[in-house]
Amino acid sequence: MNVEEIKKDFPILQNRNIAYLDSGATTQKPLQVIKAVEEFYENYNANPHRGAYSLSMEATEKYEDTRTKIANFINAKHREEIIFSKNATESLNLIAYSYGVDKLEKDDEIVISIMEHHSNLVPWQKVAKQTKSKLNYMYINDEFEISDEEIESKITDKTKIVGITHVSNVLGTINNVKKIIKYAHKKGAVAIVDASQSIPHMKIDVQDLDCDFLVFSGHKMLAPLGIGVLYGKKEILNKMTPFLMGGDMIEYVYEQETTFAPLPNKFEAGTQNVEGVIGLGAAIDYIESLGYDNIQKLEEKVVSYAINELSKLDYLTLYLTPNKENHSGVISFNIKGVHPHDVASILDSEGVCVRSRKPLCATTYEIFRY
Amino acid sequence: MDDLTDVYNELIMEHSMNSYNKKKLEKADYSEIGHNPNCGDEITLELKLNGDIIEDMAFSGHGCAISQASTSIMIDTLKGKTMEEAKEIIKTFIAMIKREITDEEELQKLEDAIAFKNVSHMPARVKCALLAWHTIEDILNQKEKEKENGK
Repeated sequence: MNVEEIKKDFPILQNRNIAYLDSGATTQKPLQVIKAVEEFYENYNANPHRGAYSLSMEATEKYEDTRTKIANFINAKHREEIIFSKNATESLNLIAYSYGVDKLEKDDEIVISIMEHHSNLVPWQKVAKQTKSKLNYMYINDEFEISDEEIESKITDKTKIVGITHVSNVLGTINNVKKIIKYAHKKGAVAIVDASQSIPHMKIDVQDLDCDFLVFSGHKMLAPLGIGVLYGKKEILNKMTPFLMGGDMIEYVYEQETTFAPLPNKFEAGTQNVEGVIGLGAAIDYIESLGYDNIQKLEEKVVSYAINELSKLDYLTLYLTPNKENHSGVISFNIKGVHPHDVASILDSEGVCVRSRKPLCATTYEIFRY
Repeated sequence: MDDLTDVYNELIMEHSMNSYNKKKLEKADYSEIGHNPNCGDEITLELKLNGDIIEDMAFSGHGCAISQASTSIMIDTLKGKTMEEAKEIIKTFIAMIKREITDEEELQKLEDAIAFKNVSHMPARVKCALLAWHTIEDILNQKEKEKENGK
């Protein structure tokens, strides 16, 4: 696979003279995705599920076909287990409100890791306060990983919800989610996986993982902004109450009562981001056309080159696990004595786009003392 | 940004790395925390008044080179000024960073703080440069309110 050829798919890399190293925040979009959105508006735009005319039905078909595509992509058992949302954040909020608030009781426990993105942390603080349950953390060891002992000591018989990021957006650590999910189930808890940082890089198989929920954002995997996915096991989603109320999620409406539509519509209130869905479908096609094997080979080459070169700089501290097989594409570093914000400005003046500021996760920030 | 050395110039680097204004005042009349949640910068600004005159100031905390130097140079600029004069300088500095005032002559009253003029071309860094100035603004507004309430 030729990097230069792939780069040609990304118009922004032709139009701007940049080295874009901030895909963890949002990826650039290939022409195939941009064109798919354009094609939708030029040929198929209508409100899905609404009109009895052929254009609307074609829009519905495109929208629903993409749901099936995503179900196949992550190997979900049923297509209605795929719920469209705004992004991973909204998916996690949906779980927090429609599952967490409803099911948790006083003294129950929620367990998440210290390396969670704020969107898999702050909603649980709210749920814990509202239900008088406890929020506990799995901490990382010196190798920036969560040890088996930590998993087994934090997930207890009182634990009802376990939330874990598949790959840390701050450290690049690939967590042993399978082990965490298995242990959560052993203790009778449901397991939520945040796959936002992993799905652009590795094959996700929800049946193999056996997670109860899995979330991701489209925009971190080459799709447009504003589209996300919630996967949930059918039997769990069926028992949950709707998150947002409005059009398309209803069955019958009376003056005082409403019955709700079955899955997946129950969780898709209001007109959806259809262009985002279409774009996400095109992004999946694009990833599959490259192939995860090829993507990983290429990443391995780029990441080990970068780590190798950065390790030669004695004024630079790297924060990553020494266990190569547990590290994805995120490389975090500090320049001794220089604030990250200044580093980013200086790199920007050379056309290099990096993430600076404190990491999104203030809790993990504690280890980044420069 | 064409030339970053316009921003990270000698004066700014000196103040950011080793500021003599980074200390504790023995007896401060006011102490105010300035916080920039986006980048985690946090400063504590202390101020001692003698009547209407800003007799002494100091700061502590952490942040990027621009926020640290801006705080230190602000202290140099405002020390010894009356509160009215200080307010005028603060207003001018904020207007310079927001590119509302570009006239060099008008900016002369900023003294060394004019060194931050080029930050106005770096939208991502405006907040860093303004952190201390908004913090002192808060202190002076607070003082004014106390005055109105006859304290």
